Amino acid sequence: MMHGMALRKAKNHMMSFIMLACTLAVLVPLGLIFFHILKMGISSLSVDFFTHIPAPTGEPGGGMANGMVGSAIMIAGASVIGLPIGILGAIYLSEFGGSRVSTVIRFAADVLSGTPSIITGMVAYTLLVVPMKGFSGLAGSVALAMIMIPIVLRTTEEQLKMVPGSLREASLALGVPFWRTSLKVTLRSALSGVLTGVLLAVARIAGETAPLLFTALGNQFWSKNVLQPMAALPLQIFSFAIAPYEDWHKLAWAGALVLVTVMFALSLTARYFGRTRRAG
Amino acid sequence: MELEMRSCCTHEADRPESASTRTEPALARKLGGDAIFRYLTTFFAFSILAILALMLYEMAGESLPAIKEFGWNFVISKEWDAVQGIFGALPYLYGSVVSSVLALALATPLSIGAALFITEIAPGKIGSIVAPLVELLAAIPSVIYGLWGVLVMAPWLQSTVQPFLIEHFGFLPFFEGAPYGVSMLAAIFILMIMVVPIITSITREVLLAVPQSQKEAAIALGATRWETIKIAILPYGKSGILGAAILGLGRAIGETMAVTMVIGNAPNISLSLLSPAYTMPSVIANEFAETTSKLHASALMEIGLILMVVTLVVNAMARLLIWSVSRSAKGGAA
Repeated sequence: MMHGMALRKAKNHMMSFIMLACTLAVLVPLGLIFFHILKMGISSLSVDFFTHIPAPTGEPGGGMANGMVGSAIMIAGASVIGLPIGILGAIYLSEFGGSRVSTVIRFAADVLSGTPSIITGMVAYTLLVVPMKGFSGLAGSVALAMIMIPIVLRTTEEQLKMVPGSLREASLALGVPFWRTSLKVTLRSALSGVLTGVLLAVARIAGETAPLLFTALGNQFWSKNVLQPMAALPLQIFSFAIAPYEDWHKLAWAGALVLVTVMFALSLTARYFGRTRRAG
Repeated sequence: MELEMRSCCTHEADRPESASTRTEPALARKLGGDAIFRYLTTFFAFSILAILALMLYEMAGESLPAIKEFGWNFVISKEWDAVQGIFGALPYLYGSVVSSVLALALATPLSIGAALFITEIAPGKIGSIVAPLVELLAAIPSVIYGLWGVLVMAPWLQSTVQPFLIEHFGFLPFFEGAPYGVSMLAAIFILMIMVVPIITSITREVLLAVPQSQKEAAIALGATRWETIKIAILPYGKSGILGAAILGLGRAIGETMAVTMVIGNAPNISLSLLSPAYTMPSVIANEFAETTSKLHASALMEIGLILMVVTLVVNAMARLLIWSVSRSAKGGAA
């Protein structure tokens, strides 16, 4: 009897140890990635990186300023297109939708957000690049918006569902029309949660590269015209990383550091908003 | 179809504004602000279905020339020659299947172990530090995994891992050849590193949905912690964990940038994991912007269509499995 118990305890300890080992195996490569981004990124960062466009190989200096500006423009464009669709669609799901219809739409959104992002790039290519006869920042924005919409829709809906019904009823009882109640009371009281979802969606599209390969295409120079090919930070990281030049690799590392920093800043801000909501 | 898309884009720009702030009073009185609001939100909600349908329609339409030209030959032929206009996608299908299935086979047990550690074994504080960390890692852009993969991991594989494998296991067909660094093996490793955080965080959610009473019952019977996991937790979360793994598979099949950067981009079909290979998303990423002919573009579109249909099926399956667990958990609580 004691022997069996000891065996079971030993097995318990062994399995616990294996699980700890699994966790370490998950964290170690990721820790290494962070280590290299920090080490290589910091040593390659300079003022030039934020103010200059890429220099030809062999020339010192050069940066990715045009990529950062291009990314910002395309993310803003994607938000203008994607946020109204996502947020208003979510209002339908939480305020109007029948349960069956909502389930179908929710399911479609989940499936859509699992579709490889390169596919949205191909679709934006056939819908915009071919008819407009050229690669453009606008096509890039549309591709990014298609990735953003399902994420915003799902997170906003979750937040709206958490708003107590009594709040809506109070507003309606005061004679406020339903649409004003939805936008000014329900949506507003869920605002910090909605903002969390929006920030996470922005963080997600900020790093997307594949859908921009044949929509925005990239640009070696300053690009501020959304109807022309546009530079983007992730695209520059990609092309500089696979180029055989040491100084371009350095720029790619610096770009990676900037991108990861921006994304973590967005994530942390999102978490902050999420937390204040739960506390309040 | 293109016309429809354009018209709906112009609506997107002005509709929300008209709803939230500047509804024409006359129109509002006639229709009722609530009715307008209702139609508007309905329109946007259903646009999700429209986007999905539009994507499938466009991909299928653009693939048609290649489908007509090659038929089933497209998926069983391994000749891909843009100059001659002959397109067979087998090497890309092979590369996608092998890289993602092997990556998943390595990633799933690790992820389950890690998720169990976080939820069941680790003291509360450690779990609450590790869990958000893993989630944060799932959000790192794939181009950054690719950067690390091509500049750090691939050289390490080339100098250390691959020579070791060739020396000690070179008699196996999986490890013969020369150490190139960029290879199928590199793609498998980078995919594994990328899908582990995703599978771990979903598995963790599934495990958290297992009712407390299940665990308590097992503990009351005198089960050790591991026995509780084995008899009460894993069986309950089985379909959800399977769903998480399948979702990881969907990610791995569709992953583009990181794989393109480390797999070597050579349309080989080789048993050896050390040789360069190619995947469906990678060939699209490399060739689509510079297609040489209509047929070339259409062949790439057909690869995209196959990719999309496969990931749709995979994702739908995964979602249903995960939903089944969370729903039965809710049902149990109520």
